[in-house]
Amino acid sequence: MIDLSLLTDGGVGWLDASGPSSHLILSTRIRLARNLADHVFQGRTSETEREEILTVVERAARESVQLRRATKFRLDRLDRGDRQLLHERHLVSKELAGLDPEGRVRSGATLLVQDRIGVMLNEEDHLRIQGLHSGFALEAAYAEVDRLDAELGQRLAFAFHPEFGYLTSCPTNVGTGLRASVLIHLPGLVLTKEISKVLQGLAQVGLTFRGLYGEGSEVVGNFFQLSNQTTLGSSESELLDHLGKMVRQVMDYEEQARQVLLRDAPAIIEDKVWRAYGLLRYARALSFEEAMNLLSGVRLGVGVNLIPDVGMYTLNKLLVYTQPAHLAVAEGVSPTEPDLPFRRARFVRKVLESEVGRRG
Amino acid sequence: MSCDQCREREAVIHLTQIVNEQVTTLHLCERCAAEKGVESPGAVAKTPLGTFLAAMGKDAPEQTPAPRSGESCARCGASLQDFRESGRLGCSECYHSFETPLRDLLRRLHGSTHHMGERYADRGTGTPTNGHQEADLREQLRLAVETENFELAAELRDRLRVAE
Repeated sequence: MIDLSLLTDGGVGWLDASGPSSHLILSTRIRLARNLADHVFQGRTSETEREEILTVVERAARESVQLRRATKFRLDRLDRGDRQLLHERHLVSKELAGLDPEGRVRSGATLLVQDRIGVMLNEEDHLRIQGLHSGFALEAAYAEVDRLDAELGQRLAFAFHPEFGYLTSCPTNVGTGLRASVLIHLPGLVLTKEISKVLQGLAQVGLTFRGLYGEGSEVVGNFFQLSNQTTLGSSESELLDHLGKMVRQVMDYEEQARQVLLRDAPAIIEDKVWRAYGLLRYARALSFEEAMNLLSGVRLGVGVNLIPDVGMYTLNKLLVYTQPAHLAVAEGVSPTEPDLPFRRARFVRKVLESEVGRRG
Repeated sequence: MSCDQCREREAVIHLTQIVNEQVTTLHLCERCAAEKGVESPGAVAKTPLGTFLAAMGKDAPEQTPAPRSGESCARCGASLQDFRESGRLGCSECYHSFETPLRDLLRRLHGSTHHMGERYADRGTGTPTNGHQEADLREQLRLAVETENFELAAELRDRLRVAE
């Protein structure tokens, strides 16, 4: 079993709800795709070549200020539960963790991580430099990632084309290699059925949305990951400005939708959020998906000041620790354990009880 | 080759798309392409830049012939067919080997083929690029004019205006 306490913040600093607009936005993530000029792309690398990539990048990372003390996780040497744990913490992609149904972990698949910043190695691209911040923090997250990119770029030869920019294995990432995404909670827009209109609008302005775990994941608990679709033809600051503007607009829409709900259907909303709270507080069995949906209801209740006694940090913590691999580790059982729903309900009850006790 | 749409006129536009991870190429004549909202090389002549080029006694920039599907990248051996199947390129050299079809694809995917972000060469020499966007654009514009890449030059000129 891996020991995540090796990480200074346990790798979950992003869920402390300390960042800007934390009541709507859980986290901001930035990643830069980079490849080494003297190696073929990942689809054609051999096992030996991936080890070479790992060696040279790790050496460069250890010489950098930001990853000098990085913790290293070799995904290819971890069992499935541990890989899932890192994925549930949003530290590695599904691809790197080899969690796709048909997926296998690529040899050499590695994560280097220190505080809020890290590098995935031997992912679809040789390097995926990434930063994860609490709340809505595009500029701060990019500044850190940019600094690490510059440091690594002075020590490594990146594949760069004068016209096309940074070259990537998939042409959808070429140019800046930048994907910025914001994990946002939009229950108001879902309840007022405005969400599809908003998502369609975002597609028209070059943005895309994904589920809780990024690419290829489903939307659960009304959490959406909004990110830039294109990576070429605009500068990094233009891409971030554009995404930032649109996200602020979506936040406004969400606030408006909540006001409409409170104005037109206050009793229904009040019942809905307290019902969610009641189930979480007293249910004896909870599936992950049900827990996520109930947490979404309580989060809405806290956001519109209907539920006073629960903090956002507690809700974020529940969101992470009720996921299958996390719960399994906490309970010392396998993630496929059949009585996990009972254990989940007990865990949630305990956390909420102590929260209410603590707040009087 | 006749147009996939009308099956009458000669196809002059070869549009590569990725839909649901599937890469497909559509061969269209100029009229059908225009109906689909795709810019054709012929349309260039109708723009001010096209007029400018015509006045210089030149036609729109000549396209290098696209490699046939069977041709492969000299460095990694990947073929265009491999790319169509996997959606992934084999190595950085593939961007040269399949430049023409990729250029179409990039325009389709990103609305542009020109990287406007931070430049790796500047970083290698440690020159900071932040806060030097205008100077950087001017330098890129000078290079574009020098290499007679007028499409890029026009785009850079517009961006420089915005930046100023």
